[in-house]
Amino acid sequence: MRHTAWLGAAALGVAMAATACTGRDESVARAATTPPSESLGLGRRASVHEIAAVDLDVNPAGVGLPAGQGTAMTGTNVYMARCARCHGMKGEGVPPSPPLVGRVPADSFPFGADGRVVRTVGNYWPYATTLYDYIRRAMPIDAPASLEPNEVYGVVAFILAENGIIRRDELMNATTLPAVRMPARDRFVVDDRRGGPAVR
Amino acid sequence: MTMSSKSPDGATEQGSPKVSRREALAGVAGALTGAVLSGADTTALAAQLPRQASTTPAASPIAVPSDPTRVPGMASEALAARSPFETPALAPTGVMTGGVFSPLQSLSGTITPADLHFQRHHNGIPLIDPHRYQLIVHGLVDRPTVFSLADLRRFPPVTRTCFVECSGNGRAAFKSPRAEMTPQQIDGMSSNSEWTGVPLRALLEAVGVRRGATWFLAEGGDAALFSRSAPLEKGMDDALVAYAQNGEPLRPANGYPARLLMPGYEGSACIKWLRRIELLDGPIMTRDETSKYTDPLANGTARQFSLVMDAKSIITSPAYPEKLSTPGWWPVTGLAWSGRGMIEAVDVSADGGATWTRAHLQEPVLPKAYTRFVHMWKWDGAPALLMSRATDETGYVQPTRAGLVRARGQGTDYHFNYIRGWRVESGGQVLFAADA
Repeated sequence: MRHTAWLGAAALGVAMAATACTGRDESVARAATTPPSESLGLGRRASVHEIAAVDLDVNPAGVGLPAGQGTAMTGTNVYMARCARCHGMKGEGVPPSPPLVGRVPADSFPFGADGRVVRTVGNYWPYATTLYDYIRRAMPIDAPASLEPNEVYGVVAFILAENGIIRRDELMNATTLPAVRMPARDRFVVDDRRGGPAVR
Repeated sequence: MTMSSKSPDGATEQGSPKVSRREALAGVAGALTGAVLSGADTTALAAQLPRQASTTPAASPIAVPSDPTRVPGMASEALAARSPFETPALAPTGVMTGGVFSPLQSLSGTITPADLHFQRHHNGIPLIDPHRYQLIVHGLVDRPTVFSLADLRRFPPVTRTCFVECSGNGRAAFKSPRAEMTPQQIDGMSSNSEWTGVPLRALLEAVGVRRGATWFLAEGGDAALFSRSAPLEKGMDDALVAYAQNGEPLRPANGYPARLLMPGYEGSACIKWLRRIELLDGPIMTRDETSKYTDPLANGTARQFSLVMDAKSIITSPAYPEKLSTPGWWPVTGLAWSGRGMIEAVDVSADGGATWTRAHLQEPVLPKAYTRFVHMWKWDGAPALLMSRATDETGYVQPTRAGLVRARGQGTDYHFNYIRGWRVESGGQVLFAADA
């Protein structure tokens, strides 16, 4: 029984192979080309409100920064209450949470030559806007996205001031934050690996 | 939050996974002739099983019938469990922020079982209701659109195999190597699956990408809203919004109900729990593409958006903690992969790289996917140093550790794709060649 079935399958295989050779099988309609994706009518229009609720990113030009403001002085209380437990009173970090504060002499960028130098906001982050983007979406880790805009601006200002990048009374808002020049701003280069024999 | 600082070095020693007596006995319920083997007998039995079994010795006795052909076997269950003799496991457990390593030494072929796929979390694993799941595509598009999971499943589905590798994979082996490291501990932040989903290109065509869009942001729906920017070119090429892995819906730890896959790109670009795609005229410069996942170089710069994973390989057997029982023929086998396409060749050396022999590549050899290599090696009983070296279709050859450090500097912190070595001692013990 099993043997017979196998022979049948083999015969069918031969028949199919023959069809494949001639390329003709009038009884099977050729599949229509895949319909264009836009014609499938899938999904529904996103409302402006829906987009605004999730569009929280901030780019280096400051696009996406909300209204609000803060200084290191106004941010100190928020930082101490919400951040210091993991990141230390002065941003020194409490393992396993990383330090936020630290510069290297002459703002050199020794990280590739020496893997022991710890990267911080002050010595490695190229854009101040990234602080706002990240803190708003992901911090504090036990209650992400729970800080109000003024609180986020204040915490951002606190971290920048502790790193000696801005003054403690310097106001951070949607205009001033993108203008902050980070020490590592010009240290980043495009990926030059392209495959082929070169090791980069 | 580097991987090493958050999850100290990742994988713990392969412990002695315990099969509870109750579980084991339930497995042979009704087999009155069943015998409870002693630990020694279990070891003997395990030795007859495929070799990786010997790396995970069962600590508790496992009850088996003395002759399984003489008693009815077990009844079926809703989910087929692994043999109690096979206990592959992710490590470490309990990770909220950090890496969870896949047991490479326990796996054969190229497909990683979904429950053993490596994980990297940034604030835990979200539980998402598939009926409430939404993917919003907006920004520089003609029709900002919300897709439900049902919508995604109505696009023409595509299935492909590809690896996902964390670009921090290999960090512990680079920074604090030890002879007693397993493949899991060395390179377990890498896995390979068959993924099914809708090409991102189809979604982008459906919403109409506007002129001027050159990048897109992909954002996850976890408690970190983990997000990465990527070139639109990749989105229009082979990026996939996947909802299935190895034939079943994604597991929560791997991005349920839908995730982004960017074949050949570093794992952090393959956003899990994908909730938003925004078309942009430049990158957002998120934390995880500036302060993390960038490659510091010795010349005082850092390489950014170094997304493609270069060719790499690792021998997964023989490997620590294995011990070769006798001289003679042994299969040297492992995995090779390249984010730039297909693996062209894998060479194996038994003398620390002085001479190389081309290994056999198991079919299929797929682009941007694991390729399994095998080389039959006759061990003469003398100390040996086994290595594998992958070459991809672009002609890139996996470098030595010294070669990579020369190109990037001692502080290189991602993309550790250099050649790995395994020292075979005269007694047969295999150890990671930490200094090779």
